[in-house]
Parts: sequence; C-alpha cells; structure tokens
Amino acid sequence: MEGAALPAALPTAVPASGQSPRPDAPLRSLLDRLRGPALALVVPLATLALWHFATANRPYSLVPPPAEVWLALRDMAFGGINDDAFSATLWAHLWASLSRVYGGFALAAAAALPIGLMIGRVPLVRALLDPVLQILRPIPVTAWLPLAMILFGLGATSAFFLVFLGAFYPILVNTVFGVRSVEPRLFEAAAMLGCTGPAQFLRVVLPAALPSIFTGLRLGLGFAWVVIVVGEMTGVQTGLGAVIMEARQLSRTEIVICGMGVIGIAGFVSDWIVMRIGRRLLSWSPSHG
Amino acid sequence: MAEPTVPILTIRDVSKTYTAQGRRTEALRGASLTVQRGEFVCLLGASGCGKSTLLRIAAGFEAPSSGQALMWDKPIAGPAPSRGMVFQDYGLFPWLSVRDNIGFGPKSRGRPAAEVRDTARRYIDLVGLGRFADAYPHQLSGGMKQRVAIARVLANEAEMVLMDEPFGALDAMTRERLQDELLDLWARTGLTVLFVTHAIEEAIFLADRIVMMSPGPGRIEAVHTVDLPRRRDVSSPAFNDLRRMLSAQLHSHHAPKAA
Repeated sequence: MEGAALPAALPTAVPASGQSPRPDAPLRSLLDRLRGPALALVVPLATLALWHFATANRPYSLVPPPAEVWLALRDMAFGGINDDAFSATLWAHLWASLSRVYGGFALAAAAALPIGLMIGRVPLVRALLDPVLQILRPIPVTAWLPLAMILFGLGATSAFFLVFLGAFYPILVNTVFGVRSVEPRLFEAAAMLGCTGPAQFLRVVLPAALPSIFTGLRLGLGFAWVVIVVGEMTGVQTGLGAVIMEARQLSRTEIVICGMGVIGIAGFVSDWIVMRIGRRLLSWSPSHG
Repeated sequence: MAEPTVPILTIRDVSKTYTAQGRRTEALRGASLTVQRGEFVCLLGASGCGKSTLLRIAAGFEAPSSGQALMWDKPIAGPAPSRGMVFQDYGLFPWLSVRDNIGFGPKSRGRPAAEVRDTARRYIDLVGLGRFADAYPHQLSGGMKQRVAIARVLANEAEMVLMDEPFGALDAMTRERLQDELLDLWARTGLTVLFVTHAIEEAIFLADRIVMMSPGPGRIEAVHTVDLPRRRDVSSPAFNDLRRMLSAQLHSHHAPKAA
C-alpha cells in the first residue's frame, strides 16, 4: 500500500520545488504567507508553555502562572472577577500613560525638529547650541528624575518632562544628521531653479532629511515608552508605571506582569503606526516604502 | 552700440583661485569669452582645464577671483532661473515625481498651481516622458533622468542652458539619442547652450563654436568655429579632418614639455 502511494506523491513534489506552480499554487501561496506569522509565534508559545509548566500548581511560586495573569488582565480591563482596587482601572491608566507619552513626544518633536533643522543648516546656530547639547546629551534621562521632582514636584508634570527629554535627543540628533547629509548638489539645483534662502528649508532640507527624521521619531517614541514607566513610578496616581509600582508594593505579581504586557503591546502598536506613516511618506525612497 | 550685438554672456578676463588647507590652486587664468543669443558653444578640454569652473562661474555658483562675468551686460551675482544648469549627476529631487521635479521651478517662483501643472505637462511631453509623469527618479534610467533635468530647466524659462558633461554617465546609444534630442530642442526653442565636454566628437557634433581649454593653470587656448552643415555626419571626411586637428591640438597640451 505504501509502495503504491509513493509514485503518486512524486509528481506533486516536482512543482512544489518551484518548477511549474499550477494545481496547488493557491494553497502554496497561502502557506507561504502563513509562514512568517507561524514562525513568529514559535518562541512566544514555547515561552508560555515553559512558564505554565514551571509555575502552575505550585502555591509558593514567586511568579503566578499565565492563567492567573490572564484572569487578572480581564479583571483589570472589565472588572467583575476580583472586585478590588485594580478592577476595571486598565483604561484609565492606559489613557493616562498614552496622553503623557504622546503629549511629551509631540512637544519633543515640535522642539527638536526646528532646532535640528537650524543646527544642521545655520552655522551660527550650530556654534551656539551644539556644544551645550553635546554636554547635556550624555546625562541619562533617569538622572534628571530627582531634579525634575524638585522642579515640578511629585506628579504627572515630572513624568511628562522626562518623556519630553527622552524623546527630544533621538529626534534632534537624527534630524541634524539628516540635514547635514543632504547632497549639496540639491541646494545648487534648487538655487538655479529659483528656490533660495529660507524657502529651501521647506522645499529641500525637510523632504531630503525626512528618512533620517523618521528614524529619529521612531527612536524617540520608543524612548518615550521607556521613560514613562520610570516617570510614573514617582508618586503619580495613574498610569501604567504607577500600577506596576503599586502592585509590587502589594505583592500582586500578576498585576505587575499585566502592566508590563500592556506597555509592550501599546509600545509595539505605536511604533507600528509611526512606521506605516513613514512608509507612506517615504514611498519615493528606494530604501524605504 | 548696435542692439543685436549685446552678448547674452560675457566672460571678461576671469581668473579663479581656490585656497584649501593653505594651498592655492589656480583653476582658471585670464579667460575671456562672449556668447551670442542662440549659440551652441562647447567648452572642450581634459580634466583640470577649468572648463567646469568657467561653467560654474557662468551659472553664478562661484564668483570669479578677478575679472567679470556678465549676462546681458549685467554682473552675474548668483544662480538664477534665467541660467539653468544640467548636472552630470542629474541633481533631481528624489522625493518628487517627474511631474513635480519639472514643476519645481515654476512653483518656487510663485506661479499659480494650474499654470505649474500645465507647464509640467507640456515639458513632460516635450521630452517624451508622458508615461513616466508619476514615477520617482530612482525608477528611471540615466537617459530618462537627464531628460527630466533638461525639461526642468526649460520649464523654468531658462534663456541659457549650462550643461556640465550631461551625457558623460550614459551609455553610447543613449548618449547619441540625447545629443540628437538636444539639438532638436535647441533648433526649435532658440536656446543658448553652453556645454562642457571632454569628448572631441561630441563637441564637433553639437557646437557652433568649440572653446579649447588646457590645464595647468586652466585657460582658453583657442576658439574654433564649426561650420559643417547639420545634422552632422560623424563619418564624413570634413568631420574627421576637424576631429584630427582638434585631437592633435588637445594632445599637444598634454605634453607641452616634450615638444
């Protein structure tokens, strides 16, 4: 029986190697498309399994099993399970963190973009600002935290300020780099076509530096998510960082893990959005789009 | 005195010296040249003869160290749309489509959007790129990019087109086609062209007058008028006589000490 099935299987094996994709082509293309997501799921599922078998049914485990974390997440999102201080609070915390991240990020972009364009293009501005920024840049954002707490007090303003700082430098540095690496030829081309002086900022410098600027925006937004958690650990009432800190003090490890997971997903989604916008705007670039 | 004799371009005893890291390089010494409206003039010479420097001074990208560069008897103070430049490396804006590259000049000069669109359309058709109006530069071949660069300058109402070895990076077939297309445009539009090249045949094929330049320091050696009828036959005896003569002259500059 097996010997008879073998020759019948061979002809289909030939097109499968890429010769003539006819009868099973739709199936193959579907499998090809599922390959990426399938491979991406291997490690998370393995980790989940490992986590489950290492923690389930062990009452003295320091880490709660995945099922318990999932339950806590559902309670945080919709309530009705534990009915404690964390029930149904997820959206308020997420909203608080989101507004600080995007508020601080927007402010950082609004400041870093024009300053970066000027530093890259105007020698006087570069001579004035570049040394100062170079000295301030190596100071880690977390080292600003005590000073921020003294200046702005314990509260949301400090967190907001840290997000601003965290996002500011990556955007600034990449904008300056992008502006400085614009081909000089393009300025000559613009000048002989009648576009001179400040008009070149909008019509040449900005679009030419856009790929670099987008790299900066992506990095900046990533840093904003890193910093927000640190910022919210300093006596703020709301926010994902605050939830994690509070849950730790109450030894609610499952809530801590929920908070971490939500931050991960939120950060991933916001990076994905910036990347999509970038792809649309940079469709002209052979290395993007 | 007489109106028609005011040249479109006057280069009067122009020298250019660069100083880089304490070393002075004399790129051009005592160059004088006048170009009349509608002329096709080639600057021909080996590298280092100052032909690109002279072109960049005419464009207004560089100021002469001494002497004068004038357009319609007025000093050239900087780059301007009336003197359009075509670069060897194209200098197209990579983030703009063919249409928007060609419309860049009119738009920069504040023309209304509808007029910019019409102008771009007209010059896209003039250089035969209708099917590529929405393509980006990185999607075009070298020949197509250079057509866009030429159209961009013409769309901006340039009176004089300055071309810096524009076909130097193209393959032989494309180069010949673009030479023909350029001559066709020149004949139809009454443009003035100042064209830098190091290829003798290209200069003879294109130019009304050939300005021979020689290096060390860069200077104008001689000016030859080419009075062969157009379209010129590169295999004709007259063409070859001229080529031989210019070649001998060009090579004598290369080894002046051995003579």
